[in-house]
Amino acid sequence: MKRRKKIVFAIIVVLYLIFTLFPFYWMINTALKPKAEITRHLTFYPHKFTIENFQKAFNNPMYTRALLNSLSIACGSVVLCLAVGIWAAYTFSRHRFLGDKHFFFWLITNRMAPAAVFVIPYFMIYSTLHLFDKIVGVVLAHSLFNLPLTIWLLVGFMNAVPRDLDEAAFVDGYTFVGFFGKIFMPVIAPGIGVTAFFLFIFSWSELLLGSVLTASSSKPVTVALLQNVSMFGVEWGLVAAVSFLAVLPGIVFVAFVRKYIARGFLVG
Amino acid sequence: MKVKPWLLFLPSLVLVLFNAFLPICTVISYSLHNYFPSVPPEFLGLEQYRRLLSDPDFLGSLLRGLLFSIECMMIEIPLGLGIALALPKKGWAGGVSLALIAIPLVIPWMTVGLMWRLITQQVVGPMPFFFSKLGIAFDMSKSVHAFQTVVLMDVWHWTPLVILLMSAGLTALPEEFYEAARIDGARSWRMFRYVTLPGLKSPLLVLLLLRFIDTFKIYDEVWVLTSGGPADTTSFLSIFTVRLGIGAFNLGYGSAVSLTFLYVVLTVCFVLMIVMTKGRGLNE
Repeated sequence: MKRRKKIVFAIIVVLYLIFTLFPFYWMINTALKPKAEITRHLTFYPHKFTIENFQKAFNNPMYTRALLNSLSIACGSVVLCLAVGIWAAYTFSRHRFLGDKHFFFWLITNRMAPAAVFVIPYFMIYSTLHLFDKIVGVVLAHSLFNLPLTIWLLVGFMNAVPRDLDEAAFVDGYTFVGFFGKIFMPVIAPGIGVTAFFLFIFSWSELLLGSVLTASSSKPVTVALLQNVSMFGVEWGLVAAVSFLAVLPGIVFVAFVRKYIARGFLVG
Repeated sequence: MKVKPWLLFLPSLVLVLFNAFLPICTVISYSLHNYFPSVPPEFLGLEQYRRLLSDPDFLGSLLRGLLFSIECMMIEIPLGLGIALALPKKGWAGGVSLALIAIPLVIPWMTVGLMWRLITQQVVGPMPFFFSKLGIAFDMSKSVHAFQTVVLMDVWHWTPLVILLMSAGLTALPEEFYEAARIDGARSWRMFRYVTLPGLKSPLLVLLLLRFIDTFKIYDEVWVLTSGGPADTTSFLSIFTVRLGIGAFNLGYGSAVSLTFLYVVLTVCFVLMIVMTKGRGLNE
């Protein structure tokens, strides 16, 4: 009885894993096929194995540019949100002040609000401020959802650090800045790392704001891909190869911070 | 009044004011005007909200969105719970499975749409092939097939979140509960019904609300897979809003739609926050 149940469970899990991994397999399968094979008939593995799609992706300045843009935008978002958000997180974690609960709620609603709602005003505001089609503009826009995430995650990590640590440090004569840099930061460093990972992934993945706020020179890779699949006669092998590159950071991410994934999505 | 907390909070406040408060003010103002670029705006008052309530396209995408959200939740939550229960509790197999299962959550949402477009392609895609074996002529240009494929894509994309949260919730259940139930002679089903399910109440509630918000605002992957078609059957509120604003440049009416959309989501969000702060929060 017990044994049979175990086997049934294992089969369910394996079937689900196949369901989850199949689209990834198909993407890689497509990326490794020559064009003729993709367009002509259905093949479950590349009959004629080729890496020309990846070569094409790396030789296409539009894609290399877009990948670099995505990298700069995502890194920019990590730096900006951490630099701004860490102070607010400390405040929420350590102090009670007038309206703190309301602010916290407000921040979280920003994370929940549909990006589509912000499309019109962002387009108008960022164009007026000459931030249209600038990396800085997209970085700034991404903090709409990334800053609340930063604060939410960091507050969680900071709450785990006992307040006695702060008090002991101040008794020892540390200034706030000294305490923060020398004592507090090293303690919450793993939390900052996990947060940075999340910020990177969400910014790297974003499509809608990126597509509205860029035209050519600062287009992220998601937008470049979108434009290419809306064109007539899509080159699917190339698109699959670039998608694979776009998916890679996520896979690396899972390998490193699996334990925390659920937490990051509670506000996402 | 303490000064230091405010000083530390100030940079975030400035950024939020710029990124959220200012845009919302802009949207409110636009929504009261007939506003197209390069035409002087005309004040309409609440006229556009009245129009919205009898606009078949708006009501259509709202209803389709609700239908979509409900169908997705009805599949994802039981499926996710089932998989979480089936996952091995001990050893490396459970951990590895969970890591693999989590991958769809952390890839760009538009690549989810791309992958599903690859597998649903006519002639060269595997999905029409599998369906033809079952005697079904799968075709994304049929509205029912397109809608159900979008649901399946969402199930593929987000059931992993249900699994992650549920298996976290399961490991948090104290073993003594089960022992006690076992001593009382409870069978598996009763054990599930009276021990497991009540223990998972708060993560289940959180998931219901989260999944509602996320499915209700879906954009990227649907846009890539179907562009809202065929004949608007997969055009949900986000797609409708973006089309109005950036496609047709009807900024005034688009803003009225945006605000109404935001209002619905925020209401659900408010309930979510109450549930999360009242029940045992998962962040603790």
